Amino acid sequence: MALVSGLLSHALGRLLGLPGLRSGGPAMEQDKALEVYDIIRTIRDPEKPNTLEELEVVTESCVEVHEIGEDEYLVIIRFTPTVPHCSLATLIGLCLRIKLQRCLPFKHKLEIYISEGAHTTEEDINKQINDKERVAAAMENPNLREIVEQCVTEPD
Amino acid sequence: MKDSLLLLARIPAHPDSRCWFLAWDPSGTLLASCGGDRSIRIWGKEGDSWVCKSVLGEGHQRTIRKVAWSPCGSYLASASFDATTCIWKKSQDEFECVTTLEGHENEVKSVSWAPSGSLLATCSRDKSVWVWEVDEEDEYECVSVLNAHTQDVKHVVWHPNQELLASASYDDTVKLYREEEDDWVCCATLEGHESTVWSLAFDQSGERLASCSDDKTVRIWHQYKPGNEQGEVCSSADPSWKCICTLSGFHPRTIYDVAWCHLTGALATACGDDAIRVFEEELLSNPQQPTFALTAHMPRAHSQDVNCVAWNPKEPGLLASCSDDGDMAFWKYQRPESQPLDGDEAVGFGVADHYPPALLPFLQTTTKEASG
Repeated sequence: MALVSGLLSHALGRLLGLPGLRSGGPAMEQDKALEVYDIIRTIRDPEKPNTLEELEVVTESCVEVHEIGEDEYLVIIRFTPTVPHCSLATLIGLCLRIKLQRCLPFKHKLEIYISEGAHTTEEDINKQINDKERVAAAMENPNLREIVEQCVTEPD
Repeated sequence: MKDSLLLLARIPAHPDSRCWFLAWDPSGTLLASCGGDRSIRIWGKEGDSWVCKSVLGEGHQRTIRKVAWSPCGSYLASASFDATTCIWKKSQDEFECVTTLEGHENEVKSVSWAPSGSLLATCSRDKSVWVWEVDEEDEYECVSVLNAHTQDVKHVVWHPNQELLASASYDDTVKLYREEEDDWVCCATLEGHESTVWSLAFDQSGERLASCSDDKTVRIWHQYKPGNEQGEVCSSADPSWKCICTLSGFHPRTIYDVAWCHLTGALATACGDDAIRVFEEELLSNPQQPTFALTAHMPRAHSQDVNCVAWNPKEPGLLASCSDDGDMAFWKYQRPESQPLDGDEAVGFGVADHYPPALLPFLQTTTKEASG
């Protein structure tokens, strides 16, 4: 049903030439979500020699994509850190943001959250990892930058 | 409404980086930009184009977050993530770093000069606001370290004609400070925003303060002095500030900057949805409970978040903006015809029809329409 209404709104959009109508529909959003997941699943955990996928820090269903304009999408990721350690959760949030900033080819706005109930200070962490000024400053810290680079760089 | 903001020029001010902030000098002829590439660029107009007159690249080791001109126009201060603030002195077209202010424990987020020119304020992620005094020999001395905020302080700005300082913070509040018996104290805390307050702007009179936030609203605050005729309670000798208007539902994402034009009263916002918006107070509204109407909306003003909007201090309607995409843009804002300034019939668009006669000698006449 969702697919049909998606096609319908797509057709209507083209017919009426209205840019505002969602031309992609849910199918497109699903595609984009998979594209996002493909990029984040290979990020390595800062402490363990495993990927975020292997540790189930991220899963396919943790990525949500919404079309917010012409060829522009809102990407929402909810991740589950393995341990309730504040700085580790912030670090993972940072890695997610940096990798997507570098690798995601389509125009997007990104929101990253700790999945509900996964942490005692989740509001504090969520606020920090979504503050782009804090993220930018963190990435200018050489030690932090080094750790992030190691986590996001694809092995040869 | 899209026609009220006309693009005049778009310039890659800090290519391959983000442009964080812009500041017009007091004469309105120079624009300073700063960014993630650790440089400051000074821009001036040559004919119809904006050209880079100077690059100040050797002052900081990290991102330069904000720049501010002194009221006399001879100095420029730069606030950096490297925890320092540089003071640059201008001689002809050259700039030289004459002092570096140290002391903050981590990133300096903002710097602002008081209208007297002898005071400077800085703020930082270390949660503090510092007040500095500068003497005739260009010697800077920190006279106060204010620890009123409980989190990262994002912005500081001085009142346009009083020695009153305002700060905006990640702790969701705005705080005001003044000097009381040789000591600087926090004299008011403005609560109401539900998330980080990113920026502040006083109106020309200083009676009102606009704040913008990650909560996607702009709030307008009004100063009520003790003994005010509106009957607003002041618990001490300090004026109290009350939120008289909240602009909500206009911005879908974080609002990073707000700028209040001192010539026209127009309010511009820089938003994380890549758009620029302009609001004007509806003149028939109650001044104690004003309504602001959206008079311009430019979606995709930039290809990424807009970080800063700045009104030219001398040319009404000239607005500069900058973005995460590294670009800087210049816009001409014209109040839409359907909203006359006063109760009388609006007669055309001429500058002379809308601005107080006393201002006219100071306004540049617009030359030919820029294609854009």
